[in-house]
Amino acid sequence: MNRFAELLDRLVLTPSRNGKLKLITDHFRAVEDPDRGLALAAITGELDIASVKPAMLRQLVSERMDPILFGYSYDYVGDLAETVSLVWPEAPESRPNHDITLAEVVQKLQSASRSDGPAVLARLLDQAETSARFAIIKLVTGGLRIGVSARLAKQALADLGSVDVAEIEELWHGLTPPYTSLFAWLEGKATKPEKAARALFRPVMLSNPVGDGDLEKLAPTDYAAEWKWDGIRVQAVSEGGIRRLYSRTGDDVSGAFPDVVAAMEFDAALDGELLVGSPREATGTFSDLQQRLNRKTVSAKMQDRYPAFVRCYDLLQLDGEDLRELPFTTRRARVEAFIATLDPDRFDLSPLVAFDSWDQLEAMRREPPHPIIEGVMLKRLDSPYLAGRPKGPWFKWKRDPHIVDTVLMYAQRGHGKRSSFYSDYTFGVWSGAEGAEELVPVGKAYFGFTDEELKQIDKFVRDNTVERFGPVRSVRADRANGLVLEVAFEGLNRSTRHKSGVAMRFPRISRLRWDKPPAEADRIETLQALLD
Amino acid sequence: MRPSDLLHSRPEGLYCPTGDFYIDPVRPVDRALITHGHSDHARPGHAKVLATRQTLDIMAIRCGPDFAGTTQAMPLGEKIRLGDVTVSFHPAGHVLGSAQISVERNGMRIVASGDYKRARDPTCTAFEVVPCDVFISEATFALPVFHHPDASQEIGKLLKSTRQFPERAHLVGAYALGKAQRVMRLLRDQGYDKPIYIHGALTRLSEYYQSQGVDLGDLRPATVEDGDKADFADAIIVAPSATFADRWARRFPDPLAAFASGWMRIRQRAKQGGVELPLVVSDHSDWDELTATITETGAGEVWVTHGREEALVRWCELNGIAARPLHLVGYEDEGD
Ligand SMILES: [Zn+2]
Ligand SMILES: [Zn+2]
Repeated sequence: MNRFAELLDRLVLTPSRNGKLKLITDHFRAVEDPDRGLALAAITGELDIASVKPAMLRQLVSERMDPILFGYSYDYVGDLAETVSLVWPEAPESRPNHDITLAEVVQKLQSASRSDGPAVLARLLDQAETSARFAIIKLVTGGLRIGVSARLAKQALADLGSVDVAEIEELWHGLTPPYTSLFAWLEGKATKPEKAARALFRPVMLSNPVGDGDLEKLAPTDYAAEWKWDGIRVQAVSEGGIRRLYSRTGDDVSGAFPDVVAAMEFDAALDGELLVGSPREATGTFSDLQQRLNRKTVSAKMQDRYPAFVRCYDLLQLDGEDLRELPFTTRRARVEAFIATLDPDRFDLSPLVAFDSWDQLEAMRREPPHPIIEGVMLKRLDSPYLAGRPKGPWFKWKRDPHIVDTVLMYAQRGHGKRSSFYSDYTFGVWSGAEGAEELVPVGKAYFGFTDEELKQIDKFVRDNTVERFGPVRSVRADRANGLVLEVAFEGLNRSTRHKSGVAMRFPRISRLRWDKPPAEADRIETLQALLD
Repeated sequence: MRPSDLLHSRPEGLYCPTGDFYIDPVRPVDRALITHGHSDHARPGHAKVLATRQTLDIMAIRCGPDFAGTTQAMPLGEKIRLGDVTVSFHPAGHVLGSAQISVERNGMRIVASGDYKRARDPTCTAFEVVPCDVFISEATFALPVFHHPDASQEIGKLLKSTRQFPERAHLVGAYALGKAQRVMRLLRDQGYDKPIYIHGALTRLSEYYQSQGVDLGDLRPATVEDGDKADFADAIIVAPSATFADRWARRFPDPLAAFASGWMRIRQRAKQGGVELPLVVSDHSDWDELTATITETGAGEVWVTHGREEALVRWCELNGIAARPLHLVGYEDEGD
C-alpha cells in the first residue's frame, strides 16, 4: 500500500507527462501482481469499491479525537480526506508485521457489507501509515484526482511493453482487474490476450481544434466538412449477436438506450452522435438528451418522450471487414450505402456540408441551420481512421461560446489554497418589468479569472458585503452599483431546480466589466431565447 | 512569587527583571541570552550576549564579527548567577549549538526551550529534558496533522528519484542553517558519496559544521558561472528554496525541485510552492513530540509561543495543564 500511496503522491506533484509516464511504468516494473493491476484499475477508474460519504469520515474521526483539535486541523489543511489521514491516531499495535498490500485493502473494502463498511475502513486506517491512509481514503471517497487520464495510464502500459497504445486500447474492454494476462504479455512472458468478448470497443479517432492560422495552411479541396452535433459521441457495435453501445471513452452505455440497441440489426461498428428526437422531423436539444443520460435503466415513457437515435458519420467494420485502413472518402461511401439499409427512426446520416472556401464555411459555421449544431468538423479526404488524436486529419471548428453580461450576487470562500479568497461566484441577470427589475441568479462560476483578478474581486466582495451566511456573502448589486461579470458558457439547459428556469453548461468568467453599469447587464429573456 | 515575576514578555522580547536580561530579544538590548543562531532568535546589536560557543560562532558568521558589544560562551549544563537568578543552558536538538535556557529563582524553574526537536539528528546534540515548573514551548508544528516521519526514509525518496530521473538535476531546498547540513549528513549516512553541490549562501555555515566534526563529505560550489549544464545532470544541489525562482536555478538541466521541510506534510503547501518532491524533514518537534515533551518536563504550566498556539493550549487544557499563549512579536514561521 505504501508503494501505491507514494506513486499517487508523486503523480500529483509531477507536472510533466513524461515524468508521470516514467513513474507509472517504474511502478508496474517494481510491483508484483495483483497489486500493480489494482493500481492500474484505481488510476483508470475501473476499481469497484462502495463509496464512503464525507459525513461518515467525520463521524469516524470524531470518535477518535477532540472535535476542537480536529477543527483547527481541518481549517489549516483545507481538505477532508487529507486532514483525516494526517490526524488519524497512530495504532502501531494494530499494524501487521508486513506493509499491507493494495490487494488486501481492496479485498477488505469490496467484501465489506454496507453496515460494517465504516468499521472495516477504520481498521484499515489503523493498519496503514500516513500516506497509505490518504490513499485508502481517496479510494473509498472516489476520485483520486492525480491528473492522470486512463489514456495516459494506457500509454504507460504501451511503454512498458514497447507496443503501440492502440493495441492496448483495443484489448482494454475485454480485460478486467488485475490485468494479469495483460502484464504477462507486456513483459514477454505470455502471448497477447485474446479478445475475450465480441463486440469490443474500438479506440475512437478524435479531432484537434482549429487554431489560429491553421486553415491558411490547408487546402479546402483536401477536406470534407460535416456539422458538429452537440450530442454524445457513441460507437454502436454489433457482432455475432452481441450488441453494445459505447461512449467515447469506451464505457458501455447500452443499458440507457434500449431503443437504439434494439434497432442494431447488423454486424458492424458504427461511429456517430447520439441524439434524441426524430431524425426525420426534429432533433432534440442537449437538455432533452440529458433526460436520457446517466441512467442504468430507462422507462418506456422516457423512451417514448425522448426517443434516441444515432446520427452516423463513420463505419469502422462491416460484416467482419475492418474498414479503418481505408481513406475517408471510401468509408463515407460505405457508410452512406449502409445507413440506407437501417431503421430510419434510429439511424441517420450526418450530412456533408458542401463548401468552396474557408470563408464560405466560416459564414455557415456562424449561422448553423440548427441550434444543436456546435460547429463544423473537417475531415481529410485521404485519411484512414486512426485511434487517438492525430494532428492533421480531423479538425473541429466550434461555434464561439455564448457570452452574457451578468451581475455578481453572491460570493463564497474557496477551498485549499483559495480558502482565504472569495472565489466562487453566483451571478444573475435582470428580470421583471421596466422600473421594477430584479436580479435572478442564473449560474455559478469559480474559474476563468487570473490570480490578480481574483484579488480584485475578493476586495470588491469584502468592500461591498451586504449580508453574510457562513462562508457566503451577498454583495451590493442594484441598477447603479455592482460588479458586471462577462460570463461565457457552452449551452443552456432547462432547469426546474433554478428559479431562473435555466442552467448553464460550463460557465466561466470571461471578463470583468468594471467599466459597465449593472443596469446594462443582460436580461433573462436573452437567455430564454437560447433555449428554443 | 508568580512565574510572571520571573519572566514576562515585553515589546523587546521575553524579559527577566531580577536578572535584567532578555531571551532571544527582537530589538537591541543591554543583555541578551540567545537560544540558537536562526535569524529571528539571534539578532545583532545587543551590548552583551550569552550563548553557547557554537551559537556565538554562527552569529559571527551570519552577522559579522561585531554582532555584539561583548560575548560570553556558556558551556551546556553549567550554572551562572545573573542578579538573583540562576541560569543554565541545555541542549535543544534543533540545530548545531541550539540550547534551552533554564531560569531559576527560589526553587521555581522556567525553561525557555527556544526551538527544539526530539528526532535523531547527527548534526547536533540531542534534546535533554529539564524538569521545570513552567515550560515555554514553540508551536511551529503544533497541530495533530504534523507527524514528521523518519528523516532517513525521506532522504531515501530523494535517492530513489535520482535513480529514476538521472537526466535531471535534483535541487533540494533547505534552510541554510541546520536543515541543509542535516540533509547532507543524512545523504552521507545512506552511502551517497558523490560530490554535493551547494549554493553560495551555505558555504560558510557548512564549513563551520565540518570544523565542528560534522563530516559532510565533498562539497562543491554550484555557483560556477557559464558552467556546462550537463555537468549537473544526476547531481544533488542543496540551496535555500528562495533561490529556486532566481536566474541562478536556470543553469541546471531540467531541475527537479525538492524541498526538505516539515511543511511538506501538507500536500497543498507542496503544490503551491511548485515542489515536485516534498521531503518531510523538520528541525522542529511534531505534534507528538511537543505533547510528549510537555508531559516529560512535569511542568504545571505551559507558555506557548510562535506558531499555532491555540491547538497546543487546547491540548494542555484537555490534559489538565495550565497553558496560555505568550504573545511575542517578531518571530516568523521558519522555513523548516
Ligand atoms: Zn530555529
Ligand atoms: Zn524559531
